[in-house]
Amino acid sequence: MSLAPTTSSSPKSGRPSSWRSGWRRLAADRLGFFGFVLVALFIVAAILAPWIAPYSPTQIMVGPRLAPPSWEHWLGTDQIGRDLLSRVLLGGRVALTVAFATIAAALTIGFALGLAAGFGPAWLDNILVLLFDAVRSFPTIVFGLAVVTLLGPGLSTVVLVVSVTSIPIYARIVRTQTQALRHADYVDAERAMGAGIFRILFVHILPNVVGPLVVLASMDVPLVIATEAGLSFLGLGVRPPMASWGTILNDGYTFIRNSPWPVIAGSIPIVLVTLGFTFFGEALRDIFDPRLRRDV
Amino acid sequence: MLIFVLRRLALSVAIVAIAVVLLNAMLHLVPGDPTVMILGPRATPELIERTREAMGLDRPFYIQTLTFFGNLLRGDMGVDVFTGRSVASIVFSQLPYTLTLIAASIVWSAALGIVIGCYSAFRRGSWIDLSAGVLSVSTISVPSFVMALYGLLIFAVGLRWFPAVGAGTGFWGQAHYLVLPAFAIGISWVGYIARVVRASMLEILGANHVRMARAFGLTERRIVFSYALKIAVLPAVTLIGTGVVHLFSAAVFAEVIFSRPGIGALIVNAVNERNYPIVLGCILVTTIVIVLATLVSDLVNAWLDPRIREAL
Amino acid sequence: MSEMTETTLLSVHDLSIDFFRSGAKLHALRHVDLEVRPGRIVGIVGESGCGKSTLASSLIGLLAGNAEIVSGSIEFEGQDLARLSTRQMRAVRGRRISMVFQDPMTALNPVVTIGRQMIDIQYREKRSSAEKRRIAAEMLRTVGIPDAESRLSAYPHQFSGGMRQRICIGMALLMEPALLIADEPTTALDATLEVQVIKLLKELQQQFGCAIVFVSHHLGTVAELCDEVVVMYAGEVVERGAVRDIFRKPSHPYTQALLECDPARIKTPTRELPTIPGTLPDLAHPPKGCIFRERCPKAFARCEVEAPADYAAEGAEHRARCHLLDGKARGTA
Repeated sequence: MSLAPTTSSSPKSGRPSSWRSGWRRLAADRLGFFGFVLVALFIVAAILAPWIAPYSPTQIMVGPRLAPPSWEHWLGTDQIGRDLLSRVLLGGRVALTVAFATIAAALTIGFALGLAAGFGPAWLDNILVLLFDAVRSFPTIVFGLAVVTLLGPGLSTVVLVVSVTSIPIYARIVRTQTQALRHADYVDAERAMGAGIFRILFVHILPNVVGPLVVLASMDVPLVIATEAGLSFLGLGVRPPMASWGTILNDGYTFIRNSPWPVIAGSIPIVLVTLGFTFFGEALRDIFDPRLRRDV
Repeated sequence: MLIFVLRRLALSVAIVAIAVVLLNAMLHLVPGDPTVMILGPRATPELIERTREAMGLDRPFYIQTLTFFGNLLRGDMGVDVFTGRSVASIVFSQLPYTLTLIAASIVWSAALGIVIGCYSAFRRGSWIDLSAGVLSVSTISVPSFVMALYGLLIFAVGLRWFPAVGAGTGFWGQAHYLVLPAFAIGISWVGYIARVVRASMLEILGANHVRMARAFGLTERRIVFSYALKIAVLPAVTLIGTGVVHLFSAAVFAEVIFSRPGIGALIVNAVNERNYPIVLGCILVTTIVIVLATLVSDLVNAWLDPRIREAL
Repeated sequence: MSEMTETTLLSVHDLSIDFFRSGAKLHALRHVDLEVRPGRIVGIVGESGCGKSTLASSLIGLLAGNAEIVSGSIEFEGQDLARLSTRQMRAVRGRRISMVFQDPMTALNPVVTIGRQMIDIQYREKRSSAEKRRIAAEMLRTVGIPDAESRLSAYPHQFSGGMRQRICIGMALLMEPALLIADEPTTALDATLEVQVIKLLKELQQQFGCAIVFVSHHLGTVAELCDEVVVMYAGEVVERGAVRDIFRKPSHPYTQALLECDPARIKTPTRELPTIPGTLPDLAHPPKGCIFRERCPKAFARCEVEAPADYAAEGAEHRARCHLLDGKARGTA
């Protein structure tokens, strides 16, 4: 009901009136701003990790085994005496890499498939929608496990699994927008005047989907990071001795009866980063496209 | 109605078929001998020969897929190459544990989520509403395995209120063992469901028919419980139906972390052993369960809302 | 006769209602008077936004949450409805006063059968449910629903819009209220259905003998149905009187303009429909003097400084708030 004023029929309602006003609204949204700060901290920490980590993340016995937090080791140490803070920082790098790689891949492929479904013939649309539905009816983890069985664990397997499962999210929204625009009067008029498909794509479709896609991507990051951490936790993602939040948790789980600190060290960044991206994403959604609020 | 169910089942069959084709295709698309892929490092020449014959891997991809379909129709999902037991019997012996866990998670989170959602809608802006709003965003975004680890750390290892390992026996025993994993899986759904129910309840309380019911002097209690609630839970039912997928993912972690038997534990073990037939069987069965769950949620919605019933 | 007409069923006196909207206070109704005698049909007309729906909602205690009654009283059967608690008001609703809403498509609960809804509103009666069901079916027949008995188990979406409005009217009359409030009951219907529903209301009013407050922006329907008319503008009653007087001798410039804009009453063919120039005044800061001044073709100096009183106009109980009538009243006195 209260959505009425924002769902105007203007073709570019998906975009904020200007970046500046969007930024002001983000600053006004307290939770959203908090999320933004967490996200920014995470990205900076992940990029600078090799330089700010106090120890090598893989060097053993830099301290005692399973030590609680201290001045030397802010987050404590794990079962073979590695510094947990250093491992967490380097693990953030893995998380960030996976997030960017998968979202870039899923966005590109999803965008192309969504366009194909929206613009293409009906049979292609039907097949693609059926495929999207099929992918969505596999649990991500279960699908990931099948792929891991065949390809073996590793960073690239994780990226493959998560991108394939994210593609439908992006493809669906592009498809919906494309279909809506395909029959819009002003697009018909342009076509009648001889506008090519690329002109229609860049002038009409892209501006309309950029907002929703950015919002979806920012809400997708926590899922991607959680899936990476989850697979690594099961020992099927990043291989030791490489540090990942998931492998830290896996080690911590094994020694949970001896010390709670590795589990705490591995989970805190996951909680903070997923919270940060969720708050940030929700704020972005409110700014960019309140219509998305409906389909949670 | 019947046509709807049939159409839905046809779609389910199509999705399961796509799954089978994809999984078999992946086996052949991956470079290298599929038999070696399946058996991994433990392959002995004799085991390779036996597996190749049992799964028909020496025949072309489409014949193998067709054979697999034929066997599937007879309820045969092949045999476990290591033990020689039927995959179907292994998978179905584990399925009830997972279903119980998922059902328990749905029941408690839906009950609590609906209550919180309604309460937040009635007392909009109250501190309960506001804290429920922040809490639900927070719990939605925290992965379930982190919840499970903290559940284990605090309530099983620390306080020792609940057991950390196994599934228990007898009704109360099982219920006792279910508490922590069901909590870990369900907690984010409480927030999810509360949000959805709150939004739809707010919309309904402002609807014309509620105004009309008030104009007839009906009590708020009657308006809420026999008129509004039925409509307010519709989106929550849909949400749960489509969310069973995510519940299965969460169950995998809960079963591993709390060392419970179940499909999740089975599939993780099978992956570690590179036991592809078992992995395949688990995936097929979960897909079927998930598709059925969506069907059930549609039927529940149809039972609640005559307009949907008619459209079916 | 005179004693009968002197008893009033509903008497609204000096009613003012404010709305709080994004920090501002809108004076939605200001010093409204309204009298309804038993068994009479009173029409309330005016443009959208003039407060007629707010007035109708206040009569049954269903004002929006951000509305507040600032002053005045709503006397009904010896009680002041403006001062009743929620609980006391609920006892009046549906039994002594009931309401028919604008949009029949959304007024009925979509997931409850018509029969259940009609039985539920009888919850205060000590009847068996079979008896309640029989009464409900009886009412459906009365409002012209064919095959009433079996249609009780149908859901609202299985009826057309006209049928649904008939059902709503039937439900409103089920408890034989003394007052029926009809808030633009025909606005959402097309013209032929509108005629049928008006005809039905008229018949049922004679059969049940209840009074009706009929809110409409359609002058033709009001002329057709009502005994008395109240004309509202920007939250004030500007003119009231018998339907004949209002339509034959409109005394307030706003009423005159309204009648001129009614397509049904335009005698000379023109290409453009006449409209009243200007817009509604800002209700957060109503202007001093006469509320209609800014749009009034006959405004003069006095209109800017002094709000007009409720002057008598030509005809029995015909009154209007316009300074032009002041001289006339003095002249005849």
